[in-house]
Amino acid sequence: MPTQKTVAVTGNVLVAEAFRQCAPDVVPAYPITPQTTIVEEFAKFVANGRVHTEYVTVESEHSAMSASVGASAAGARVMTATSSQGLALMWEELHIAAGMRLPIVMANANRALSAPINIHCDHSDIMGARDTGWLILFAETAQEAYDNTIMAVRIAEHHDVMLPVMSTLDGFITTHSIDRAEMMDDETVAAFVGSYVPENALLDTDHPVGHGNFAGLGGPYFEFKHSQRLAMERSRGVVKSVGAQWSKICGRPFGVVEGFGMEDAEVAIVVLGSTAGNARHVARGLRESGVKAGVLKIRCFRPFPYAEIAEALKGVKAVAVMDRSESFGAEGGPVFLEVRSALYDLEKRVPVVDYIYGLGGADVKTELIERVFTDLGEIANGAAAPAGLVYLGAR
Amino acid sequence: MSWDISGIDHWRADDFPRGAAIPDAGNSRDYVTGGWRSQRPVRDDAKCTQCLFCWIYCPDSAIAVGDEKVGAFNYDHCKGCGVCAKECPADAISMVPEGCELPEVG
Amino acid sequence: MATIKELSHREDRLEGGHRLCAGCGASIAVRQVLLGAGETPIVAGCATGCLEVSTTIYPYNSWKVPFIHNAFENSAATVSGVEAAFKALKRAGKIPADKKVKFVAFGGDGGTYDIGLQSLSGAMERGHDMVYVCYDNGAYMNTGIQRSSATPMGAWATTAEVGKVGQGKPQRRKDLTSIIAAHNIPYAAQASISDWKDLAAKSEKAFAVEGPAFLNVFSPCPRGWRIPYDATVEIAKAAVGTAFWPLFEIEEGTWRYTKRSVTRENRKPIEEFLRPQGRFKHLFKEGNEELLAQVQSEVDWNFEYVLKRCGL
Repeated sequence: MPTQKTVAVTGNVLVAEAFRQCAPDVVPAYPITPQTTIVEEFAKFVANGRVHTEYVTVESEHSAMSASVGASAAGARVMTATSSQGLALMWEELHIAAGMRLPIVMANANRALSAPINIHCDHSDIMGARDTGWLILFAETAQEAYDNTIMAVRIAEHHDVMLPVMSTLDGFITTHSIDRAEMMDDETVAAFVGSYVPENALLDTDHPVGHGNFAGLGGPYFEFKHSQRLAMERSRGVVKSVGAQWSKICGRPFGVVEGFGMEDAEVAIVVLGSTAGNARHVARGLRESGVKAGVLKIRCFRPFPYAEIAEALKGVKAVAVMDRSESFGAEGGPVFLEVRSALYDLEKRVPVVDYIYGLGGADVKTELIERVFTDLGEIANGAAAPAGLVYLGAR
Repeated sequence: MSWDISGIDHWRADDFPRGAAIPDAGNSRDYVTGGWRSQRPVRDDAKCTQCLFCWIYCPDSAIAVGDEKVGAFNYDHCKGCGVCAKECPADAISMVPEGCELPEVG
Repeated sequence: MATIKELSHREDRLEGGHRLCAGCGASIAVRQVLLGAGETPIVAGCATGCLEVSTTIYPYNSWKVPFIHNAFENSAATVSGVEAAFKALKRAGKIPADKKVKFVAFGGDGGTYDIGLQSLSGAMERGHDMVYVCYDNGAYMNTGIQRSSATPMGAWATTAEVGKVGQGKPQRRKDLTSIIAAHNIPYAAQASISDWKDLAAKSEKAFAVEGPAFLNVFSPCPRGWRIPYDATVEIAKAAVGTAFWPLFEIEEGTWRYTKRSVTRENRKPIEEFLRPQGRFKHLFKEGNEELLAQVQSEVDWNFEYVLKRCGL
């Protein structure tokens, strides 16, 4: 019988608890703000003998992911965590982990990238990893970070997937704020994630296998990339099914996109991560005054839920996409580009405006979100959409 | 284990072992590099003192040993570098130019 | 210390049919190192480079042991992960408690002295039970003979060209073996493919150690050094005989020179190592006498340093 207890802890503490409950064999980790308290909490579990994990305190994030690749290919369940510059330093290894089809699970504390150096939340780091072949989940709250992390293990290790998964939470806003959450009992989580049964493990020395081979010079590199695409496509169903199973156990909803007021919304904001809460708060107020405002939160960014997004937005008169990262020189931020592309096949064209916001932890005040809804209202009533993207709240 | 790759040129994405793994360690035994050779080592067994230097210096694992004695050259793998001939303290190995009967490259 | 006859009973763990050049020193190094490992099951890793590419061209693989290549700069970190998994899975009861496996990571000098130095340093400091083997051929051979921090002073390389002003690499080599020894690991050694008995003995010691061990193995590259394919072992002998590459080991902090037949008095002039190699031919041109003398004095300095560390 699943038993949950209510806790008041930070997002990072809950992620560390999720790690412990998933019982990784190996955790290679390197500290970086604001991920640090995840690896600190986990170090306590190690020191107190609460996990059997081999905790490898590597000398860089590059080595953290390199050791993760080695340990995963060896046949271990592997989890790690990083942020920002650390994720950027791992870039090469992220591709390798996915290309070698290793079900590593990593938490990322979403943080701005240098320069100038900054330690606060935005999505520049994670958006840089969007084409690396990892599945990417976004959490709005500490609770979602906890649930996503547990689900990530099941999804990654699913036979039809076998791809690495990132479970992300917004730096400081979610990683460091104390939040109310429900934590599942250890046995239920252990039973849910099960034990990892590797294939082609390096440590099966009686059946030696070669990993990381060279597929150039006319070799089947192209076919291997295709197989990654096929696995990523298969993961769409797995994410939903694992989400539904966990949802049934814990009693909390899970959707690859989650809507608020989308049943009849005329104006809607598409958003990822912690800002979804602010957006809902504003939309709720607007709805009370008769504005049909909606919020569409993307919880699973990879694979990108383009069909679900098109379905949710097809009746909307104006859409704002909130991008907490830049794609300099592109028509808009990464989320905008993908959302607008998802809407391309709709019969009726929906105006979409891109708002770049909150870079480097710039405050996301409710007035700013109100302004976005005001803009959308005008566009819905026939006003021209702004030419180009809007730097929301910039001086 | 033996991994049948006879149809590999027709395999589609999901036919390959996941992640480009090769489940047959050491299967390059089936790959012929002997065609690279322009000269082949030939041993005069009467001169050979069984010091095994040729074996321990061979870059291509192409000299068999058994019972503490050198065996045949593996001409499928030998690239004809001539290290064995040069390092043989008994001058028992000579390098002979290859004719036209080169093995096929796999 | 095994005799060659004893070694011949052990399994050759690198299969032929790989695509390394004729006369390659790297595969000789791998064979001799792995013979030293004896019969214990091993898992091998390798950094990107000639050895890795040429032994793993899909769908063929030349490693008769479990093998992993990850990237260029992280052979040591990758094998750290494999070794950590072994410990954890034992602890979890998924691998029998009495099972023995040894771990070995290979890398060329580019992947070890340069881009992989941090990863190697980290792995050595953390104390993983692994043998790290650098096959040192003194340049980035896989990408086309670019200079590395292991390239000898004065050597031509495609990024240390010889021309009207430039005369090859102006800097001295990095002393990697000392750097790794300074991690105070249980065992570190410098060996050469020419001295197979010394190398196999050092490999045996390295694999016998519980914890990190390091072997720096001199592995000539005929292609990059501009020498005939059959001269690989001969030139390595010259490197040892001229004291360009002294053979020594550091066991629990104690330095020992293992090539006692080469002494201060009888070591050959460096020309014997340089002259057969096309990459040094400019050193023998008129006007480069001073550079040649400088190369000799670098070798002298290094040999003296090693002998003194060894108490000789």
